[in-house]
Amino acid sequence: MSEPPASPSEPQGYNGAGQTTRTIATNGRPGASNGSARSGRAKSRPADRIFLGLSTGAAASIMVILAGVALFLIVQSIPAISADWHTSASLNSGPTANQASFWTYVAPLVWGTVFVSALALIMGTPVAIGIALFISHYAPRRVAGVLGYLVDLLAAVPSIVFGLWGILVIRPFLLPLETWLNHNLGWFPLFSGQASATGSTLFAGAVVLAVMILPIITSISREIFLQTPRLHEEAALALGATKWEMIKLSVFPYARSGVVSATLLGLGRALGETMAIALIVSPSLIFSLKILTDGENSQTVAANIALNFPISDTLQRQALIGTGLILFVISLAVNLVARVIVTRTSPGAKGRKAKRDIAQLPPSDPSTVLALDDASRSPVDFLERDGVSKS
Amino acid sequence: MTAPSSTRSSVPRGPIVNSLKSGQLPRFIEGITLGVVLLVSAGVFALIGFSIVGWLVVSAIVYLLAIGIMSSLVENRRKATDRVIRGLVTVAFLLALIPLVSTLLTVIIRGIGVVNWQFITTTTSHVFNPTTLTVTTTTGALQAIVGTLIITGIAALISIPIGILTAIYLVEYALPTQWMARTVTFLVDVMTGIPSIVAGLFAFSLFSLLFGPKAFSGFSAAVALSVLMIPIVVRSSEEMLKLVSMELREASYALGVSKFLTITKVVLPTAIAGLITGVMLAIARVVGETAPIFMAASFTDNFNANPFNGPMQTLPVMAYTGYKFPGNDIQASIDSAWGAALLLIILVVILNLIARIVARVFAPKGLR
Repeated sequence: MSEPPASPSEPQGYNGAGQTTRTIATNGRPGASNGSARSGRAKSRPADRIFLGLSTGAAASIMVILAGVALFLIVQSIPAISADWHTSASLNSGPTANQASFWTYVAPLVWGTVFVSALALIMGTPVAIGIALFISHYAPRRVAGVLGYLVDLLAAVPSIVFGLWGILVIRPFLLPLETWLNHNLGWFPLFSGQASATGSTLFAGAVVLAVMILPIITSISREIFLQTPRLHEEAALALGATKWEMIKLSVFPYARSGVVSATLLGLGRALGETMAIALIVSPSLIFSLKILTDGENSQTVAANIALNFPISDTLQRQALIGTGLILFVISLAVNLVARVIVTRTSPGAKGRKAKRDIAQLPPSDPSTVLALDDASRSPVDFLERDGVSKS
Repeated sequence: MTAPSSTRSSVPRGPIVNSLKSGQLPRFIEGITLGVVLLVSAGVFALIGFSIVGWLVVSAIVYLLAIGIMSSLVENRRKATDRVIRGLVTVAFLLALIPLVSTLLTVIIRGIGVVNWQFITTTTSHVFNPTTLTVTTTTGALQAIVGTLIITGIAALISIPIGILTAIYLVEYALPTQWMARTVTFLVDVMTGIPSIVAGLFAFSLFSLLFGPKAFSGFSAAVALSVLMIPIVVRSSEEMLKLVSMELREASYALGVSKFLTITKVVLPTAIAGLITGVMLAIARVVGETAPIFMAASFTDNFNANPFNGPMQTLPVMAYTGYKFPGNDIQASIDSAWGAALLLIILVVILNLIARIVARVFAPKGLR
């Protein structure tokens, strides 16, 4: 065969974080077994108790902080949500003018947020999964780690830089494509309307968003793809499957739930993205499907806050905080659904006591993956890696 | 899938055609095809006017079509699909490199002319000339650099102890089945999902409730950044502590060492490289946050090194306001935005490098 599918290929020698996270998963949590040792000890020293208190306190402070975030947002936004938007002089001017109530103000913003995030996902997810596949199964083993690092570098670029880049590079770059689409496919609702002359379109914003969510979807999908049981892959290859058939038969079924939740986590990132949209898109406060126009683009919650916050008075700011609260709730829901999907359906959760690992996913954050990459190159974990991956 | 059904069919009598050897393209066909396609389309584009984007896009499409058609003619449909997918996946990866390279190049080209010693060491100032009645603006980023360092520093001071101690609690003390461990793990996941602008609104709400509606301060921005940074530190530290092998802890307990000393003398030193790397990367993540700082610390051109009083400028906010709220001299504002962006990128690169170096230097001795 010209292309030997059964050659010992990528994952085995790949030294990335996939192996290390897998060993953790099978190894159980280190804390589990020494919890009982504590009770057996005769005397506990003061330092012990102080340290236990400190770390428990730190853990408790997480709950306090999160409760605080929700509480302060609610307290600050109640005056604006409960105000009478018809009669209030403050709410009838500036960014909140001409609205019947808080809900009619926030509804188009929510629509815009969901719409542009969905566009970004549609463009970004296939590419992200392709990259993840390339790194995990196609790239030469030796360079796979470096290539993964390159993609993770995308996550290190601050969002404001992407915003500036979008203004200067993406807007003029996409302009010919936008004009062409508007000219030839103008009957399609998305591409209808007066084509933009500047390029400050929702489409350009969505493209930049898609770039920004690439690394998060890629890094999680990559970890999951690498965790596919080697025997499944080899079984598929032994039956004569081509590489793509092997991936379809063994990798995708195994990774499906992980990829879905990686996509949802990417969606969570896109929902909260502020600066790129605020800089690139020229928006208005309407429900709009058009993505190729100036000034007829739907506005997003986050960009609306960023643009109007400096020019608002107290009550208007409280209205903006109210929209922020709605955004908080939405992205909370998206993240929770992502985590629940993983907990319910992850292949690892079936055999063992399923409930306890909310964190079946590899760390949702490319920076953590990077840190793990580094750690796995240092010999900290060589014992565990050798011990478990052979068994 | 054709593979299972074809294996099930009965074995044909007579001379057996070796299906493994029949009909296959030569070994390096993919590279050869790619080279030919690139050359041919470069030639075509040279005739109609060269554009690098068009050349690459057309080459990619033609290559995928060519390899698909050739393979399905000579080999079979399954192999054709396989080859096309291989091409698609590679294209996806190359596609991702374009924005990375393009962003970095743009920032460097635009910013390199702005960033010089004067830009780094002076604050933005407006000088009014009474004879010509003009205002000359000299842009400087000193106030933004100082502000970025102060705000990020305070955020790190808040987040690192809380983050690492929480990770220690989760890994060393709590049983995974305990309600508190489960809740905290869950809440950390929730916290990773907080949009950055919401963190900024939280800090603003908190401080405006305490100190009145104009409570912009660097400290408030640091609180906002902490909300974003704590979950990152917890997650990475947790992973690092879990990597420390159980044998080390057990050996320490077997010698009668107390839990506190085991953690501080055995577990933490073993994991220190990973911990510092994680922390550095977390700092690199939040140093570029714009929205929360913009909400909580507002923006200013004045030098302000007091984090507890008054607006404070930072590099990302400078990049944003330079574009969105330019001063009289629009070009100077935009230039300063690019300068700030370049400084920010340099800062992020430095933090990432420190993280890498630390990972090497602090790696446990003996096995380096």
